[in-house]
Amino acid sequence: MEHTRYLIAGSSHAALEAITAIRMHDAEGTITVVTRDAHLPYSPTVLPYVVSGKSAPEQIFLRDDDFFARNRVAYRPNAALVGLDAAANVARLADGTALGFDKLLLATGATPVIPPIPGIDAVDYHVLRTLDDALRLREAAPRARRAVVLGAGLVGMHAAENLVKAGASVTIVEMSERLTSGYFDAIAAGMIERAFTDHGATIRTGSRVVRLERTEAGSRLTLADGSELDADLLLVATGVRPDLAYLAGSGVDHDKGILVDDAMRTSRADVWAAGDCAQARGFFGDDKIMNAILPDAAAQGRIAGMAMAEDPGLRDYAGGVPLNTYHFFGRHAISVGRAAVPEGGEERVRHDPQSGRYVRAVFDGDGRLTGMFGVNEFFDGGVMAQLIVRRMDLSAERERLFANPLAVGRELMSRTWR
Amino acid sequence: MGRAFNTIAFDASKCDGCGDCMIACAQAKTGTDDVARSRIQIVGRDQAFELALCRQCADPKCVTVCPAGALAKDGASGVIGWDESKCVDCLLCTIGCAYAGIALDEASGHVAKCDTCDGSPACVPACPHGALRYVTTAHIYNEVGDWEDLFAPGLAGCQGCNTELLMRHTLRRVGPDTVLATPPGCVPGMGSVGYNGATGTKVPVFHPLLTNTAAMLAGIKRQYKRVGREITALAIAGDGGASDVGFQSLSGAAERGEQMLFMVVDNEGYMNTGMQRSSCTPYGAWTSTTPVGESQRGKTQDAKNLPLIMVNHRCAYVATASTAFMEDLYAKLDRAIEASKSGFAYVHVYSPCTTGWRFPTQLNIEVARKAVETNFVMLWEYTPDTGLHFTHPVDDPLPVTEYLKAMGRFRHLDEAQIEHIQRKVVENARFVARLAEQGEAGVVA
Repeated sequence: MEHTRYLIAGSSHAALEAITAIRMHDAEGTITVVTRDAHLPYSPTVLPYVVSGKSAPEQIFLRDDDFFARNRVAYRPNAALVGLDAAANVARLADGTALGFDKLLLATGATPVIPPIPGIDAVDYHVLRTLDDALRLREAAPRARRAVVLGAGLVGMHAAENLVKAGASVTIVEMSERLTSGYFDAIAAGMIERAFTDHGATIRTGSRVVRLERTEAGSRLTLADGSELDADLLLVATGVRPDLAYLAGSGVDHDKGILVDDAMRTSRADVWAAGDCAQARGFFGDDKIMNAILPDAAAQGRIAGMAMAEDPGLRDYAGGVPLNTYHFFGRHAISVGRAAVPEGGEERVRHDPQSGRYVRAVFDGDGRLTGMFGVNEFFDGGVMAQLIVRRMDLSAERERLFANPLAVGRELMSRTWR
Repeated sequence: MGRAFNTIAFDASKCDGCGDCMIACAQAKTGTDDVARSRIQIVGRDQAFELALCRQCADPKCVTVCPAGALAKDGASGVIGWDESKCVDCLLCTIGCAYAGIALDEASGHVAKCDTCDGSPACVPACPHGALRYVTTAHIYNEVGDWEDLFAPGLAGCQGCNTELLMRHTLRRVGPDTVLATPPGCVPGMGSVGYNGATGTKVPVFHPLLTNTAAMLAGIKRQYKRVGREITALAIAGDGGASDVGFQSLSGAAERGEQMLFMVVDNEGYMNTGMQRSSCTPYGAWTSTTPVGESQRGKTQDAKNLPLIMVNHRCAYVATASTAFMEDLYAKLDRAIEASKSGFAYVHVYSPCTTGWRFPTQLNIEVARKAVETNFVMLWEYTPDTGLHFTHPVDDPLPVTEYLKAMGRFRHLDEAQIEHIQRKVVENARFVARLAEQGEAGVVA
C-alpha cells in the first residue's frame, strides 16, 4: 500500500495553507493531497463570479501544477476520501485505492444542504458549490425567464443578482424573517433587500416551500401560505454542511462538524481538521461553532499544518470571528464580529438613507469592540478584526472610532501593532 | 535561500503630516489630487502621525484570503501585485490585511494597494522632511548571499551584535584568496580562530598578539608576494587592539605603505574581556574601569579619533563606515580592497555593543543610525589625491541626546556632561568639515 507522511483531504483554502505551513518547517516529508474535485484548487467563494461571467473559469485556479511540483506535493484529483481507519492510519479513496499516512488533515469542505421538501427529487434544480455546478448554472442562466432561488444566504443572493442581471424575473424564498441573516443585521439586510427589489427581484422572507412539482417549463413551488410560484430555473441555496459519511467507524468525534481543539487536532492523535468541515472554538465563547468563512479556513489550515509539522512557532487558535464582505448591485457591505450587543454593552448606529451609508459599532461593557458593520461605508475589516481579537480597551477612543472607523482604525493600528 | 527586497521606510519622528506624499501618490496612480485615493495614507492627529501602507509582507494574508487568485507576491521584486482581470471586487483582502495596506478606492470601485511604482515610488521624493526613504540595500544582501560564506556557520557573538554581519559580508566580499589576521578581541572570541583544531574560517586565519597584528600581517603579505601569489592581507581588529597597544605596529605599517586592508571594528572599549575603557571610549561613558559612583561619573577623557590619525599617515585609503548604511559601507569596502593592492587601506567601522553599551538587542542598527544622524559619528573617506569628503553629510543633525538616550552607558550623565559631549560633537564636525573643504579645494591638509 502506498504511504505518505502528510495526507491532506481537500484542495481549497485550508488545504493550501496547510501545505505552505508544512513546507515552512518540513522540506522533505512526503505530502499527498486527495480531492473530490476534478480540477486544480479553486475557492467556492469565487463561483458566483464564474456564473456572472466576471471570472473566466480557466483563470480562477489558486495554484498550478508547478506549485505542487515545486513543493513536492502529489496532487490527486477525482480521489475523494470515502473511508477512514484512524487506528491503522489508512484512508480509502473514491478511486478504489487505499493510502497509508502518518498524519491526516481533513479539509473536505462542505456540500449543499438539500431541504426535505416533498417532491424535490422529482424536479431539476441547481446548486452552487463546485466549479461544475457553476458552469452548469452559467450555461442555464441566460435562458432563464422565471428563476426561483431558495435561500437568502450570500451564495443565494449572489446568484440571484446574477440571474437578475441576466434578465430573468427572480424570486428569492427565505424561511427566516430576513435575508442574509447571520451575516448582516436588520438595517443592512433592509438595504440589501431594497437594492434587490429596486432591480425587480421579489423577496419572500418568512416563507417556506411545502411542495415541489415538475412542470413542462421546470417546476412549480407551493409555499406554506398556499401561493404558487412557477420556475424555469430553480437554485437551491439553503446553506451548506460538511458531508462526513467517510468518518463512519473512524472514532473521529463530530457534531455539526469535526470537533477540533485549538491546534485543530481531532479526537484522534494523528488526525486534524480545518476549514468548513471543522467545528472549532468560537472567539466569543467557549462553544465550538461552525464558522464557514474563507479567512477562518485559511487561518485554521495554517494552524493545522504547523501542528502536523510540529512547528514550534505554533500558537493557539484565537477562536472564530465572523468576517464577511458582500458586493451587491455596486454597493458593498462589510461585517466584522458579532452582531448581538453583549450584556452591559452598547451599540452605536449611524444611518443616512440619503447616501445609503450605514455604520454600526458594538462594544462590550469593558469598552472593547465586538462588532463593526457597514454598508457603503468602507473601513479596514482586517484592522477591526485585530481590534476585536486583541480585546483592546477602546473606552477612550469609542466615539472617535465610531465617527470615523477608517481613519481612527488605522491610527490605532499604527500605534499598537505597527 | 530567501531574497531581500527594496522597501519604503517611514520615520514617524520626521513626519509633520503635510500630506505631500499622498498628493504625489494620487497624482501618479489616479491622475487626481484626491488624497483619499492615495495608496499611502498618513493618519493621526496633533503631532503624532502614522502610516497605513502595504508592507509587501513575506507571508501575505491578503493573498491567502483572495478567492480569485488576483493577488500574488512577485518573487523578483517582492511586491504583491494585483491583477485586475482576476479580481472580483469582493473586498476579502481588506479583511485579511491587519495593516490597512489594501483598501477600497471608492472612485474606481476596486481595491488599490502600493506597488512601489515599479521601483521608483512617487511618494518618497515628494516628502520634504525625509520621513520616507526607499531602501534599496536589498541588492547587496542578494548579491552577497550568492557568494560563498567564508566563515563557519554559527558564531558565538552576543545577541544583537552587528559584528557577525560585518565579518561575513567583509570576508565574502574580499573573497577566498585572503589571509586573515584577528588579534585578541570580540572577533576571535566570536569564533574566527576556531575550535578544537579547526579554524572558524575557510581562509587561512591567524591570531597575532594585540601589539603586533599589522607587523605580522605585513610580513605574511611580503612572503606571499615573494612567492608570486596574489592575496588580500586582511586584519579585522578591535579598537583596543588598534588604537592602544597595537597602535605602534599599525602606525608603522601605514607609514611604510604595507599592502593590506586593516579594518577596525570600533565598539569603543575592550568589550569581550569585561567592558574596560579604551582610548576610543567616548567621554562620559560607563565602562567597568570608568565606573559611575560618588566620585566618578564615567570616562573623564575624550575619545581619540583614530581614523583622522590614519589620514595623517597619508594612507592610500581611509574611511569611516557604519552598518546602518550598508550601501556606503560596501562602496568603501570596494575602494579599500582596490587600494590595498598598492598601499595601506584603513576602514573604521562603528559597532554598537549591545552588551557593553546597554541597549536592547534589537536596536543595534538603530543605535548605529542615531550615531550618524547626530553627527556623533561622521561618514567620510579620504585618499591622498582627492582629500577627505563626506559620503553621508548630515546637514541638520539631531541633538546628541537622541543618541545618548538610546543606551544605558550614558544614563547617569548630568547636564554639564551632556553639554560637553554636544560641544565636542560640534567641534569634531567643524574640524572634519574644514579638512573636507580643503580636500574639495584641492588643498590637501
